[in-house]
Amino acid sequence: MNNVNKPFRKKDAMQLVTGKPVYMDDLAPKDCLIVKLLRSPHANAMVKSINTAVAKKVPGIEAIFTWEDVDQNGRRFTQAGQTYPEASPYDRLVIDRHVRFVGDVVAIVAGKDEKCVDKALKLIKVEYEVLDAVLDYHTAKDNPILVHPEDNWESLCPVGADNKRNLCAHEESGSGDIDAVLSKCDVVIDHVYHTKACQQAMMETFRTCCYIDLYGRLNVLSSTQIVFHARRHIANALHIPKSMIRVTKPRIGGGFGAKQTSVSLIYPAFVTWKTKKPSKIIFSREESQTASSPRHEMEIHLRLGATKDGIVKGIDMYTLSNTGAYGEHGPTTVGLSGHKSIPLYGKAEAFRFTYDVVYTNHMSAGAYRGYGATQGLFAVESAVNELAAKLHMDPFEIREKNIVKEGDIMPAYYGAPNTSCALDRCLKKVHDMISWDEKYPRKELGNGKVRAVGMGMAMQGSGISGMDVGSATLKLNEGGFYSLLIGAADMGTGCDTTLAQIAAEVLECDFDNITVYGADTDTSPYDSGSYASSTTYVTGKAVEKCALKLRAQICKLGAQMLNCEETAVEFDGKKVFVENDPSRSVSLEEVVTTSMNGHDVALEATETHSSPLSPPPYMVGAAEIELDTETGEVKLLDYAACVDCGTPINPNLTRVQAEGGILQGIGMTLTENVTYDAKGYPEENSLFQYKIPTRLDVGHIRVEFENSYEPNGPFGAKSIGEVVINTPLPAVSDAIYNAIGTRFYELPITPEQIAMAVEKQEN
Amino acid sequence: MLTIREYKKAESLEEAWQLNQKKNNRIIGGMIWLKMETINVGTAIDLSGLGLDTIEETDEGFSIGAMVTLRQLEQHPGLAAYTDGAVRESVRHIVGVQLRNLATVGGSIYSRFGFSDVLTMFLALNSSVELYKGGIVPLAEYAQKPYDRDILVRVIVPKENAAYSYQSVRNSQTDIPVLTCAAAKTEKESYRFAIGARPGKAVLFCFEAQPGETTEERARRFADAVKEQIKTESNMRGSAEYRRHLAGVLVKRAVRKLEG
Amino acid sequence: MQITITLNGTRVSAEIAPDTLLIDFVRSQGCYSVKRGCETSNCGLCTVFLDDKPVLSCSVLAARADGHKVTTLEGLQDEAAEFGAFIADQGAEQCGFCNPGFIMNALALFRENEYPTEEEIKEYLAGNLCRCSGYEGQLRGIQAFLAWKKGKETAE
Repeated sequence: MNNVNKPFRKKDAMQLVTGKPVYMDDLAPKDCLIVKLLRSPHANAMVKSINTAVAKKVPGIEAIFTWEDVDQNGRRFTQAGQTYPEASPYDRLVIDRHVRFVGDVVAIVAGKDEKCVDKALKLIKVEYEVLDAVLDYHTAKDNPILVHPEDNWESLCPVGADNKRNLCAHEESGSGDIDAVLSKCDVVIDHVYHTKACQQAMMETFRTCCYIDLYGRLNVLSSTQIVFHARRHIANALHIPKSMIRVTKPRIGGGFGAKQTSVSLIYPAFVTWKTKKPSKIIFSREESQTASSPRHEMEIHLRLGATKDGIVKGIDMYTLSNTGAYGEHGPTTVGLSGHKSIPLYGKAEAFRFTYDVVYTNHMSAGAYRGYGATQGLFAVESAVNELAAKLHMDPFEIREKNIVKEGDIMPAYYGAPNTSCALDRCLKKVHDMISWDEKYPRKELGNGKVRAVGMGMAMQGSGISGMDVGSATLKLNEGGFYSLLIGAADMGTGCDTTLAQIAAEVLECDFDNITVYGADTDTSPYDSGSYASSTTYVTGKAVEKCALKLRAQICKLGAQMLNCEETAVEFDGKKVFVENDPSRSVSLEEVVTTSMNGHDVALEATETHSSPLSPPPYMVGAAEIELDTETGEVKLLDYAACVDCGTPINPNLTRVQAEGGILQGIGMTLTENVTYDAKGYPEENSLFQYKIPTRLDVGHIRVEFENSYEPNGPFGAKSIGEVVINTPLPAVSDAIYNAIGTRFYELPITPEQIAMAVEKQEN
Repeated sequence: MLTIREYKKAESLEEAWQLNQKKNNRIIGGMIWLKMETINVGTAIDLSGLGLDTIEETDEGFSIGAMVTLRQLEQHPGLAAYTDGAVRESVRHIVGVQLRNLATVGGSIYSRFGFSDVLTMFLALNSSVELYKGGIVPLAEYAQKPYDRDILVRVIVPKENAAYSYQSVRNSQTDIPVLTCAAAKTEKESYRFAIGARPGKAVLFCFEAQPGETTEERARRFADAVKEQIKTESNMRGSAEYRRHLAGVLVKRAVRKLEG
Repeated sequence: MQITITLNGTRVSAEIAPDTLLIDFVRSQGCYSVKRGCETSNCGLCTVFLDDKPVLSCSVLAARADGHKVTTLEGLQDEAAEFGAFIADQGAEQCGFCNPGFIMNALALFRENEYPTEEEIKEYLAGNLCRCSGYEGQLRGIQAFLAWKKGKETAE
């Protein structure tokens, strides 16, 4: 292969490293109105009255919108980036008289500059009727206080939602008799695991600008992963025809799922539609931390049973997920907590997976890399580590006895077959990379310092089976270069590059001979968007199919030019030639020139792909830490990981995906805390308080690959983007256990918790 | 949001002082914290034209201008040699080089924030501050004084025959500290410990060595005394109890280090 | 108020509000490489040189830069491309949003310390957050660049 499995530079790399203006705020029209939002100081309240008269008089103010400008009985909408009909409930209005979390929108202010808008925000007078709030998600279900009491709340899919019970979703599933299996087990690990509403904290906050184009249509330029879903969100929110909206994306300054929800788009869209003037909104970091779309806080009650030989026989999981004030991604993230953790254990005879997703008066949660699997794998992998310790077995050995194998049917993974799997090889590789046998479980260094290791496994999916749609259009242009049009969103991940590599591989051309244009609802072929680890596997396959189709078109025209049957010619990337007489040929340039002069063969193709399967990528990770038993400080010295993502289309980019995901997982385990004040407002409301890892917080992250070959993916590829965040949670936690002998069931694990646990043991 | 109506680069300390007497005027240091405040400043007074950005070393000590940046402190060879790297250690965790190129000694000391590494360090160095009107005031005294409208001109560090160490515990490497501990051991076997980020302002503890005690005994005695006397409180970064525990740990480690 | 700044080698005079931050001033002058990632001086995205020292342009008044020299990545295009190519060769630029600030500060590091050690690199760049890369690819890129530079010097 000349183009696939090659570490090409990203197509946009040199523009990015030289700081070219390619992001939304670099490209926004200079005369944009500045849009800011007045946000609720209360967790649950009705706006009794709102007076904007004085604020509107501030020079430069263009418009101020309140609930009075929005039909409160109109149809609600969701801003979750999902295929229609969305699993997420229709529970929002652009501005709702009923505000449901500290930070919910009370008014939209638009003015000529920040100064006047800030001033106007201060001058709006609001009188609230403050209501009791639901701030403890354990008490949310069937609480007399309803987060969404309104009658125009809607759930479009049968996900077990009921707004009169504060339920965003509920389901029970299983296979085998779990209670019988667990009762026969020699050991049952039974604990509750808690992970918090961590923030994606991409460096570019949420932002969007809008303007009306020459056709009178609303143009939306947004930092988004989901242009097509966003078009529907805006149409539903503004109650305007989808035909009047075009959504495009510039370069995106990071997404990680945050921008799979239309967090910022609705407001400038509303302003520009009403005023017909260009407008833009740029979320502050504080807004991005407190009124956005973080990970779903989940509490997982897990019972995992095994024989005394360490064979996992049954897993019983109950997940309680806090979706916050709105249901974006609530019904779907939760499913992954079970469906993408339980299947790792291939010898289990029974499982049960039950969940409730509840509304509370916290900010709405959303999609974050890992999407529920992260939370579930923390529970399952931590439980297996605890099982190993209890049975005095090596954590690697216990995995080797249990793991799912290629060809297995996975009952907890919707009964799907395991079509490609190198998990066994990943285990062996990581075991060697970290020198496990030398280091497990701990080494005393003196002066209160201990070194210890821990490990964990992970899986994810590759797109949403039977739902995600990826498409590609390829055009052959004058001079013989190709244009690839996609609706998938490169958010730094490099899919513009990897998809071009796939096209180049099929078309047998130089990688540089393919230009890419991405994510414009007017011109891109339909794509669900870049989420659910779908781009390489689903859209990548569409690109492969599309390139094959275009090859056929090239051959068709070439054959006409050579006066022979289509079936008689071949194409080698440079010329079309007669198969049994290669001396008769026409060059690609001749073909394209001919196509533009008196011919009717379109040298353009579009293909669409959807997959009935979502083949899991697999991963193993191991952490080595140095822990100060007196201060509780943990230094992450080394993280060794091995990924099976099928064929890595671009080994550089898969590696960096893995390294970046691992560090996010480490952050979630050690420093990224979320604590709430009495009103449910997150105290970690800035990068000063919410500590994402710096480069001083981690030693080295080392990643290797053990490739399986996924027969349904493009050139054997599966996904990489999400699986990589999952292993650090159990691995680092277990290293801490191995260092001090105390196990933690809640993340993050802070130095204080560690030091206090050690002190407690000593006393 | 911070708003500023007028900006004045002061041409003399007197001019700066006069301007600073007005309640809504403010002196601009590195502007790191001021920027995050929601206040309307009348005149922002900039001292950057007054030559207060140098560190002068003599046989008697160091004179550090108020506009000296934390990065200058970090890189000053004289301070490094005199404190055995403690000054460098006290500032190197503060966010990043670009921030330390802005944040000033004057701003750090004047603000007297509880979490201040700089305040902790300079307390242990037995420093004084020179105020434009108030003259020279021991830092330990200044730290306890309410904010006034005088101008901090420089920080004075006397040279003593002593050894120093600096430690801090942080939840992540460049976060503000959960607890800080700067320690000094003088030639007369007397010890000073400045403990900051309690989370209140750094405070000093002074002890004398007792003849015949081993390093470990001394370390334990001081640590126990500090743990007993220190007032700590809880905030997002740690509980009062954890901070008390850390105070003991850091004091003990400081003694071990200073005893070499 | 009126200020005059030498921005990327060109004298620029402008009328500004006294509370204009340097980041907003340089962006208004077309230096779009300078990005804002936080309001709390934590991210390093807005790094520029003020008289050749790297500073956070979100935390400096444009007024204080009056009479001084300010450099952004727009003024260091050749250096940015030369060094940045090594980051690109790792795929470590990822979303790119933190790159200008990171590259500015890396260039500042190389000016202060021609061949920094791994520890020195990490410490100098600690104030440059990146959420995509896990920093490892950036480190590889820096080390590859330093090795290349050293090789070039030895050859000369």
